Amino acid sequence: MASKNININLKIWRQKNANAKGNMETYKLDNVSTDSSFLEMLDQLNEQLINERKEPIAFDHDCREGICGMCSLYINGEAHGPDRAVTTCQLHMRKFKDGETIYVEPWRAKAFPVIKDLVVDRSAFDRIQQAGGFVSVNTSGRTMDANAIPIPKHDADKAFEAAACIGCGACVASCVNASAMLFVSAKVSQLALLPQGKVEARDRVLNMVRTMDEEGFGNCTNTGACAVECPKEISLDNIARMNREFLKAAITSEA
Amino acid sequence: MSILDSKIPEGHISKKWTDYKDHLKLVAPNNRPKIDVIVVGTGLAGSSAAASLGEMGYNVKAFCFQDSPRRAHSIAAQGGINAAKNYQNDGDSIFRLFYDTIKGGDYRAREANVHRLAEVSGNIIDQCVAQGVPFAREYGGLLDNRSFGGTQVQRTFYAAGQTGQQLLLGAYSALSRQIGLGRVKMYNRHEMLDIVKVDGKARGIIARNLVTGEIERHSAHAVIIASGGYGNVYFLSTNAMGSNVTAAWKIHKQGALFANPCFVQIHPTCIPVHGTNQAKLTLMSESLRNSGRIWVPKKKEDAEAIRAGKLKPTAIAEDDRDYFLERRYPAFGNLVPRDVASRAAKERCDAGYGIEANDTNEGVYLDFSSEIKSKGRQAAFAAGNHNPSEEEIISLGKKWVESKYGNLFQMYEKITDENPYETPMKIYPAVHYTMGGVWVDYNLQSTIPGCFVAGEANFSDHGANRLGASALMQGLADGYFVLPYTVSDYLANEIRTGAIPTNTPEFDEAEQRVNDQINKFLNTNGTKSVDYYHKKLGLIMWNKVGMGRNEQGLKEAIAEIAQLKEEFHQNVYVPGASNEMNPQLEKAMRVADFIELGQLMAIDALQRKESCGGHFREEYQDAEGETLRDDENFKFVGAWEYKGDDINNEELHKEALNYEFIKIAARNYK
Repeated sequence: MASKNININLKIWRQKNANAKGNMETYKLDNVSTDSSFLEMLDQLNEQLINERKEPIAFDHDCREGICGMCSLYINGEAHGPDRAVTTCQLHMRKFKDGETIYVEPWRAKAFPVIKDLVVDRSAFDRIQQAGGFVSVNTSGRTMDANAIPIPKHDADKAFEAAACIGCGACVASCVNASAMLFVSAKVSQLALLPQGKVEARDRVLNMVRTMDEEGFGNCTNTGACAVECPKEISLDNIARMNREFLKAAITSEA
Repeated sequence: MSILDSKIPEGHISKKWTDYKDHLKLVAPNNRPKIDVIVVGTGLAGSSAAASLGEMGYNVKAFCFQDSPRRAHSIAAQGGINAAKNYQNDGDSIFRLFYDTIKGGDYRAREANVHRLAEVSGNIIDQCVAQGVPFAREYGGLLDNRSFGGTQVQRTFYAAGQTGQQLLLGAYSALSRQIGLGRVKMYNRHEMLDIVKVDGKARGIIARNLVTGEIERHSAHAVIIASGGYGNVYFLSTNAMGSNVTAAWKIHKQGALFANPCFVQIHPTCIPVHGTNQAKLTLMSESLRNSGRIWVPKKKEDAEAIRAGKLKPTAIAEDDRDYFLERRYPAFGNLVPRDVASRAAKERCDAGYGIEANDTNEGVYLDFSSEIKSKGRQAAFAAGNHNPSEEEIISLGKKWVESKYGNLFQMYEKITDENPYETPMKIYPAVHYTMGGVWVDYNLQSTIPGCFVAGEANFSDHGANRLGASALMQGLADGYFVLPYTVSDYLANEIRTGAIPTNTPEFDEAEQRVNDQINKFLNTNGTKSVDYYHKKLGLIMWNKVGMGRNEQGLKEAIAEIAQLKEEFHQNVYVPGASNEMNPQLEKAMRVADFIELGQLMAIDALQRKESCGGHFREEYQDAEGETLRDDENFKFVGAWEYKGDDINNEELHKEALNYEFIKIAARNYK
């Protein structure tokens, strides 16, 4: 438990821009506190690079408390690294050994092109949301009273568990097919479980799945890797639920 | 009349907003597509404003520096959102929420704005539920509530410890819908670097595309700034790494007054600092104070033994613990407002009772063992076991705690490697929220016509201290329920203007200012990184413009920051080029603004010779160490006008605060 300092070797993907060819570069970093987060370790490396007049490594990050979904990183062959149920910003260096060599790569998926170094473009996720990840209600505030429709606690809790998705893309990065099924099914499930979302459930699932396919994500072959690496432990049940929703929508005609 | 016209409508407080709204000008639906509106920032205020204005039919362009609007830092809010629904039938009302917020802000907020906030609070919950926000519910299927600091009712709605996330995803879904319909054009990975004024009015912005480095011109008939607060002036805060004051500070430099910059909220329950490479601090939701008891050892030798690792907190007997909040404030106990709780923790640590083995021994305990026992016993009884064993009680109690706070406990364990179900959490105050911000009138319009400011970026609703679960409320109130009316009123005069061209001298000039700054940074070629200076600024601010402030320290801070500013501009090293993704350049531009604002915060704290809310001047306290306000001389909003590069030259304008409907009194939580 007590903190100590370790020395590590890093092999990190460097790529100047979207069109450049990238490669793994080797770095040595000493005196890393085991209390540091993985990103604080990268801050330390960048500070060292800047002091050596070298170009620091670009990586996405923002809240640093595991909720914004901005940080990514494929660490030693796993999305968000070796710990479970955490994002990279919550991964701590106490999970690594003194003298260890750590491999750091960007998310790899056709739908997530690399922008620079470890930064990828995840705007495909936004476009899937724009295709149907909402309830079509205007923001007048003049809806009905919030307690007008009681929702069974069980449904509300399930909807909340699905809604906990942070949209980081670890599911896609972990999948051999680069499938976005876990991400899409989480939003479809959240809204399908709530009475407010049921009205548009049919169109929602058809539109979101169509956009997912158009964006170049692969198909799901039920390996389950996504749910293992998901920092928010989104369940595979959501994929099953989305498949049911999709099938129901696909085989029935519009009323 | 001073240049500060608050435009507060006449009439009884409970009628002001309704009457005023009924008489605002409108823009007909056929005219709205001819009008452009820019929204900077996509947190709760920005997303909700952009979605609402897009829905109405305006052409909206929204900007965020993150890779998606869903990342904005509203997402990290944990505990909840207040609304005067009185679902719990415990005597809540719009007036009580209004009163609690004014009192919580230590009588330094505007009555009319705060009342409006309380009035629309109920609609926010209705709106969010309609959007599919999964709030916590009771077994009957109705919405659950909990308590937050500074109140004696249960009016806080929540979604586990992820309320901000769920609300932001709700607003993001409304925004996404408008983007999909083509009513809002979204610019991700773009940072606003200046405002463009034409004939004194806000007419556009200069933004940098953070992927290509391209400098872009965007014109509009109105500009809304919803870029959040400035807590990162302190380097270490609970803000996101990218949270910055640049949009707000740039409009300040172009004529928008900046109000009450010294009002900063230091949140009592954050994980203590652990080392010099630490980049940010993590909040542990205030909701934990519903169930946790805050204490330090009664004996100094126990505190010393704990710091030395020779004694465990669980080994300290009940009688040897000092539950200092319960001792000092029996009426509110652990649920006193944030500023009060923070100062009390600092007082104990300064006196030598801190329990954390960091440089400054800054840390106190937040202990759940009493709650685990009491909830465990309840759960056993509810399950028909009227004679539960100690083990059964503790096991059931832990389950109850997990269901309420599971994600927070997990987050704590990941960061600290300690199990808070077994040993008390260690916590200490950290910079969290800024009550100060751009001065706005009742319409949320700044002193630049056509430039509106919403959410944490403005100063308007929280006075000198914000109550927990009120930031989310304000962000959504501003965006969904205030700006659509007041911005339309302004735009009613713009229906004949036509599209604003960007090939004009005003745009040339603003773009030149941005390019000059970028080139200067890239050519300075000094020896120290941006973070080096940011950390230095943070230390000055924390030590001298932090939880306790005094005249000497503030004067030193002002001089030290001026010196730091000079060094920064002479000796910073910014690697890379302007025409590429360059995070160091982005940071340099932000830190330049933090340094200037930091100086203004110290200047503002120096002029405010009183203690109120989060602003504690050590010279002004009563015999028991509580804040001593000076209503005769300081019952005003202090709004600063930019007067050129030397921040010492900024001019103070005062907006007097009138309390017509609330009797102003000493704030008492005892």
